[in-house]
Amino acid sequence: MPGRAEGGVTRAMANRIKLTPSAKSLALHAGVVLLLLALNFLLPEYHRGVFARVLVLAVFAMGYNLAFGYTGLLSLGHAMFFAAGLYGAGLTVYHLEWSVWPAFAAGLAAGTGLALVVGFLALRTTGVAFMIVTLMFAQVFYLTTLYFTTYTRGEEGLVLPQSSRVLAFPGGALNLSDPSTRYLVALTLFTLVLTVILFLVRAPFGRSLVAIRENDERMRMLGYNVFANKLASVVLSGLFCAASGAAYAVLFGYVGSGFAAIQYSILPLLWVLVGGAATTLGPLIGTLFMFYVIDTASSYTTAHLLVVGLVLIGVILFFPKGIAGTVRGRWLPWLP
Amino acid sequence: MAFGPYFLLASLEGLVTAAVLSLMALGLSLVFGVMRVVNVAHGEFYMLGAVLAWWFSTLVGGHPAVGFLLALVLSPLVVAAIAFVAERLVLSRLKYEPEATIVATIGLLYIVQQLALTFYGPEARPVEAPFNYRISLPWFGYSAYKLAVIGFSILMMIATWFVLTRTKIGLVMRATQFDRETAQAFGIPVGRVYAGVFALGAGLAAVAAVLIVPIQQAHYLMGHDPLLLSFIVVIIGGLGSLRGTVVAAVLIGLSDGIISMFFSPTLAKMLATLAVAMVLVFRPQGLFGTVAR
Repeated sequence: MPGRAEGGVTRAMANRIKLTPSAKSLALHAGVVLLLLALNFLLPEYHRGVFARVLVLAVFAMGYNLAFGYTGLLSLGHAMFFAAGLYGAGLTVYHLEWSVWPAFAAGLAAGTGLALVVGFLALRTTGVAFMIVTLMFAQVFYLTTLYFTTYTRGEEGLVLPQSSRVLAFPGGALNLSDPSTRYLVALTLFTLVLTVILFLVRAPFGRSLVAIRENDERMRMLGYNVFANKLASVVLSGLFCAASGAAYAVLFGYVGSGFAAIQYSILPLLWVLVGGAATTLGPLIGTLFMFYVIDTASSYTTAHLLVVGLVLIGVILFFPKGIAGTVRGRWLPWLP
Repeated sequence: MAFGPYFLLASLEGLVTAAVLSLMALGLSLVFGVMRVVNVAHGEFYMLGAVLAWWFSTLVGGHPAVGFLLALVLSPLVVAAIAFVAERLVLSRLKYEPEATIVATIGLLYIVQQLALTFYGPEARPVEAPFNYRISLPWFGYSAYKLAVIGFSILMMIATWFVLTRTKIGLVMRATQFDRETAQAFGIPVGRVYAGVFALGAGLAAVAAVLIVPIQQAHYLMGHDPLLLSFIVVIIGGLGSLRGTVVAAVLIGLSDGIISMFFSPTLAKMLATLAVAMVLVFRPQGLFGTVAR
């Protein structure tokens, strides 16, 4: 509506609705990435290992956040997308002796394909039914990994040999079991996904997802195809989760059914809730925070699940916006 | 054994599963029907019931029936009290928002499970059956206790049906389920009804657990499979429909007993879960339910 933009209020609104991230938020995200890069050289060995794992799992949380935080789809089955990436990459490396690039691509394809099918079926339902349907599909996936135990070795899992975990380039090769290389590769994947999401949520597509979360009836009235937008969100979310799973397989060299179990559907929900749903940096903050809370708790007690339970209830009762969400609400309204 | 007796045995085992399952699913269905809360911690209330049953039965000596009866009375009461407190402290403060309550009950699940592991331990422990009589059929002997389980859970179902449809308490519960705000306007203490329903649901799960421990031992992870099965029962039966819940429990219990006797249990679980997911996708009101308002 170019004509209407003459009025004071509407012009202010038109100025506020920018379709690219502001300079401030770009600078903030670049700063976070640079800080993480510097940490590779500053952190002691143990903590560098923890951070590498957190960076990979934060990608999983970011993928989950796209569906849950931005689109309002509370799924209890995202472990299946993570595990599809994990197995897609792990099984091809282990059994077919593929190299890392095609195996990673196989993981992405497996997760995206699964997300397309599951999204297509599950999105016919909403609300509580959606949660239970996703939970059940994930349970079927988990049972499938146990059923084909000849290939997957079930809970015991497969350990990928170090010799197969080499990332080949035209100019040379990277050994992914080296701690520093592993950290940098994890950071590269994290930065890539963070950038995509940062631009995505400002773009018309991201904004229509938020609008669907707020009021899908109205979006339908306005002529948007709600189903197609939700499906695109689930598929993209599945792609990011699968990327995280495939990266986990080749970086840490372990593939097991435990990653498909229901606990790994709950964890990204926990990370996103703690960090702040529908914020770009929330998933990273939440994953990091929970990793260190559990790490600290395990040095005092073996009962770390108790901590998970208490934090879940505490956050939902007293902190429903999460860390980044509260910071945005109180001090930095421009935070994406 | 020929196919016939084998099938009879599978059906009897299936009926025992169905009996226990229908009690547990009834609890889940009541909570969802009245409060619109998906209680993910329902399986942990079941586990807690079993673990407490073991504890109570070890407190008294003498005939095993004494310990069992003590457990059957006290264990559901304790579990219901815990559920009541959890509802007042957490769920009521969340204003029963569906997504927030799911997250909170997941938290509750982890807390209960971890506490059971810490204080009860990872071992599986049995409770002795109150009587040890075997009915001899022409082909095999069958435990009379298992038949008693079926009978007792039928009695419990009839009692629940009676309370729901023929008493003032049931009327208040149904009014709250039908229209919360109008019920409140008519002076029904909705908050207390919700807490009571949540406690009742947890208590039913605990009764189911006490009945099962003489057959299956008490273990801190035992709540997981029954939770999924009761979700399946509640969905197939249609939410809030007592008759649907019973029919679906018998259907699922029997097919679980028969399928897992002839096929691999993992495959059976896979197919059943997938089938139920498909029912939810294509017929969200369940096979026997009516369309939600």
